[in-house]
Amino acid sequence: MVKENGNSDQHGHTLSLRLRVWRQNRGQPGHFEEHFLAAVPETASFLEMMDMLNEQLIREGKDTFAFDHDCREGICGMCSMTINGMPHGPLPGVTTCQLHMRNFRDGETITVEPWRARAFPVLKDLAVDRSAFDKVIQSGGFITVRTGSAPEANHTLVPKQVADEAMDAAECIGCGACVASCKNGSAMLFVGAKINHLNILPQGQPERERRTLAMVKTMDEAGFGNCTNYGECQAHCPKSITLDVIAKLNRDYLRARVKEFFSSTGKPSKGGE
Amino acid sequence: MPESSCSPCCQPASIGKKIIMALTGLVLAGFVLGHMAGNLLMFKGPQAINAYAEWLHNHPEALWIARVILILSVVGHIWTGILLTLENRAARAGGPAVDATRRASISSRTMPYSGIVLLAFIVFHLLHFTLRKVALGDKDFGEDVYAMVVFGFSSPVVAVFYIVSMLLLCLHLSHGVSSVFQTLGLRNERWRGRIDLIATAYGWIVALGFISIPLAVLLGCIK
Amino acid sequence: MKLESKIPAGPLADKWNNHKAKLRLVNPANRRKYHIIVVGSGLAGSAAAASFAEMGYEVSCFCYQDSPRRAHSIAAQGGINAAKNYQNDGDSVRRLFLDTIKGGDYRAREANVYRLAQVSTSIIDQCVAQGVPFAREYGGLLANRSFGGAQVSRTFYARGQTGQQLLLGAYSALSRQIGAGTVKMYARHEMLDLVLVDGQAKGIVTRNLVNGEIKAWASDVVVLCTGGYGNVFYLSTNAQGCNVTSTFRAHRRGAGFANPCYTQIHPTCIPVHGEDQSKLTLMSESLRNDGRVWVPKDKADCGKPASEIPEDRRDYFLERKYPSYGNLAPRDISSRAAKEVCDEGRGVGQMVDGKRLGVYLDFSAAINRLGESAIRERYGNLFDMYENITGENAYRQPMRIFPAVHYTMGGLWVDYNLQSNIPGLFVGGEANFSDHGANRLGASALMQGLADGYFVLPYTVTDYLAGVGLSGRPSVDRPEFKAAVKEVQDRTQWFLQNKGTRSARSYHKELGKIVWEKCGMARDKAGLQQAIKDLEALRADFWKNVRVVGSGEQLAPELERAGRVADFLDFGIMMCLDALSREESCGGHFRTEYQDSGEAKRNDDQFAHAAVWEWQGENKHPVRHIEPLVYEEVQFTTRSYK
Repeated sequence: MVKENGNSDQHGHTLSLRLRVWRQNRGQPGHFEEHFLAAVPETASFLEMMDMLNEQLIREGKDTFAFDHDCREGICGMCSMTINGMPHGPLPGVTTCQLHMRNFRDGETITVEPWRARAFPVLKDLAVDRSAFDKVIQSGGFITVRTGSAPEANHTLVPKQVADEAMDAAECIGCGACVASCKNGSAMLFVGAKINHLNILPQGQPERERRTLAMVKTMDEAGFGNCTNYGECQAHCPKSITLDVIAKLNRDYLRARVKEFFSSTGKPSKGGE
Repeated sequence: MPESSCSPCCQPASIGKKIIMALTGLVLAGFVLGHMAGNLLMFKGPQAINAYAEWLHNHPEALWIARVILILSVVGHIWTGILLTLENRAARAGGPAVDATRRASISSRTMPYSGIVLLAFIVFHLLHFTLRKVALGDKDFGEDVYAMVVFGFSSPVVAVFYIVSMLLLCLHLSHGVSSVFQTLGLRNERWRGRIDLIATAYGWIVALGFISIPLAVLLGCIK
Repeated sequence: MKLESKIPAGPLADKWNNHKAKLRLVNPANRRKYHIIVVGSGLAGSAAAASFAEMGYEVSCFCYQDSPRRAHSIAAQGGINAAKNYQNDGDSVRRLFLDTIKGGDYRAREANVYRLAQVSTSIIDQCVAQGVPFAREYGGLLANRSFGGAQVSRTFYARGQTGQQLLLGAYSALSRQIGAGTVKMYARHEMLDLVLVDGQAKGIVTRNLVNGEIKAWASDVVVLCTGGYGNVFYLSTNAQGCNVTSTFRAHRRGAGFANPCYTQIHPTCIPVHGEDQSKLTLMSESLRNDGRVWVPKDKADCGKPASEIPEDRRDYFLERKYPSYGNLAPRDISSRAAKEVCDEGRGVGQMVDGKRLGVYLDFSAAINRLGESAIRERYGNLFDMYENITGENAYRQPMRIFPAVHYTMGGLWVDYNLQSNIPGLFVGGEANFSDHGANRLGASALMQGLADGYFVLPYTVTDYLAGVGLSGRPSVDRPEFKAAVKEVQDRTQWFLQNKGTRSARSYHKELGKIVWEKCGMARDKAGLQQAIKDLEALRADFWKNVRVVGSGEQLAPELERAGRVADFLDFGIMMCLDALSREESCGGHFRTEYQDSGEAKRNDDQFAHAAVWEWQGENKHPVRHIEPLVYEEVQFTTRSYK
């Protein structure tokens, strides 16, 4: 894929594509629509190819395909398309916006679908509602610190190894490819990443158990499936977050449950709190 | 935060179900290894295996405690397995029109199916060698377990069913055993490969140990 | 237009503390009776909304993305400055203040900048407490690096994702409040108008992007943290959705827009590859620490692969022109130097529109000196990103880079309290104009967004609320709200019903080309006058021929785009007018008529002021007002990086 000569005067090759794209209005059943698109430069990104398709549809007076996208540099986590069955497409470790057309063949048929999961209902065409992720964070994905109440930054020592590990987990961009790729529609990689980021830092310790139980509870209520250790999430994660975060989430959950069970508050235990 | 309407016991959280799956699976995986090791006494001759069977029957308390634990584990494993499978199907909402699997192993994707066949196998196996109600003709083997096994496996259909089921057990164990580590939070990227290897080896050891007996009967090594 | 900067009296270092002590307060029991609307959920918006809610106010927060976590603050790579002086290398609040003023080419407001430097240290404390995983030393203390040519190491960073981590921190604080019910979050809502009641900002009109519902919201105060206008250039490093609509709608309601011509061009972006490109990707400026910038000396070599151009036929133009700073010369200077060599026809890379717009950023010397693995460790992710986009391996051949629009220093005019000239309308982050002057220093944008959101707006908005009292919030049934809703509905309907032929994107592209050519890295009088004419013609054509497909009751990306492009067209004209009337060169604004052999030549006697534009109505030019910039502590000097 690496070209030695970036200086060529030609625009490079172009592709002609047959596109099967999902069309759906909110609350209604959907279907595939077929379109042909010619002269797609292989230097274009996948979303730029979709822009070209939409421009073609506008010229034809037809409705465009709605899809989510924003930063187009692989960090905001908004883009979400299942391309030939693979969330974010065939190239591992990148988001849809960073997938370029040189990864496809001339004449290829490409099937483009939204994220498919019960917890992510389709809003229109390729755009889905991922607010379930926000709800999980709202239930505990934070460290409680009011503005102005923070101690001097260097008062808390964080060993480099711990900071690096937290950062590995914190790289999650919340795109939802883990859910879309999971054959169970499970959100464990996302929740695991979020919980790990905060649970391993010293600042996150006071709320560790509370956070874990609350976030898992919200995750379950949102209608995500259960993890059965397929590993598809890791294989499709654009930030290559590993199943380690799920293993550690499991451990933290078990620990929190046991601690809760033996807690000495004198009150009967109530689930999830 | 709202309080849960139900105690965690009757409606376990997703991870809770996984932990039940892992712990019951651990019991069953340990059992099959022990069972297989006992079975290998077949190769030492009739006296050895019959003495082993007699010893078991002479300790009914221990036997029943083990049986109760096993029955609870099987029921818990199956019940949770059904819950997980149904919930996961619903959560997937049909999945994409094009299926593309990047990493999930055959064993992980066939767990419910290998599990169903194994359940059928267990029922048959209990009727066959424990209750002695099927596929043994009208014979009464009494205390002679050895003769019963040899006769039981002399039917190629029965022997092949056992062999196929044990290959599925191998498949089931190779995902199941490594998942136990993941679910209990005892696995990381560095150890993943090694644990997967251990799990696969475990599955093959158990399966080959079991398979060796019907195979030996079929091949005439044990008579 | 009344432009009172309201800078407190007294010595510079004491102004903010004295001012804070005098600001009025609201009784904790009364705070929940006030409703604050925050538009935008980036660093400034999330931080402000969370802080207001923690204080006890009722807060509603709006963003156009599907989640507040996606705001474009997330894309900042490099880091955040703070005058902590953890490195013992002579940093201080005063030094950060002076660097920012100098970096802004003496066009920022002194008191605001000093306050920014003062609160910078609290920001780091706050973020660390939230769990932002900043880089650490082995002893567990925070690590720092020098960034963007600063002489001290004052930049805190989290790999190449500092913006993301800071935003996730602010987002988690906001999420905590949403979970607690103290902030109502409205994602996928776009603000389409500001509502004034008796001359005060008392609400907004939004469109729910999912179902098309157009709705009015009343509040006691409105806070806009809606980012910059870099997408007026069509191609920029901004996110696709970044737009000027909310600030421009406020401008149309009477808010002054200050210094729209101040735009920052970032020197290290991946060059344009073709006509269908939608986005320019920034490569962290840190690459310039080890990369050498060059082009062929001879035009004839430009089509050849880099490996075939011998050392003596290469022009390391930054090292040649600026020997002491070399490849680390400030952003505006490096960018302009790259443009110059490309204009001379010595650019490299693909021909786009008959030009080669790119220069080499060559790591071969560094790879030879330090080894490939050392370079991989430092920049591996950037090299991967580059290869992913261009298909080229930068370990084997030099990278190609070109400047791209990256940040906009101009914005709605605000006083020292971050209040616009409309009472009750506060503006924070990139959306306001006050802190960066004509050019922004690297790693200062994150600092400013969080400073405004966490440590300035909570005080100054409280002061305003204490002044308006408890009876200040109008009902949405008032005629002002109904009229605003009607206007938005009419405009939406017009777009959907217009029988045009051209897509909004095609207009946006054309707009971008005009302003990039005429009001980009270098500007001149004739070009700007031509641009204004061209833009007026384009605007007239847009309002005849734009075609918007989709429905008003579903997600309608074309409708959203058309509305934003319409505002960008008006805005583009104002930007050119501002560039035309600023007859000097300063920071990111370079007028070719005003230079000293290639160096920007300021005119402090006539232009040491902020230019503030007042809306005059459809198809009329806005009117220019000025706020003189009074420097009490700082002496004007000419920037020199030779």
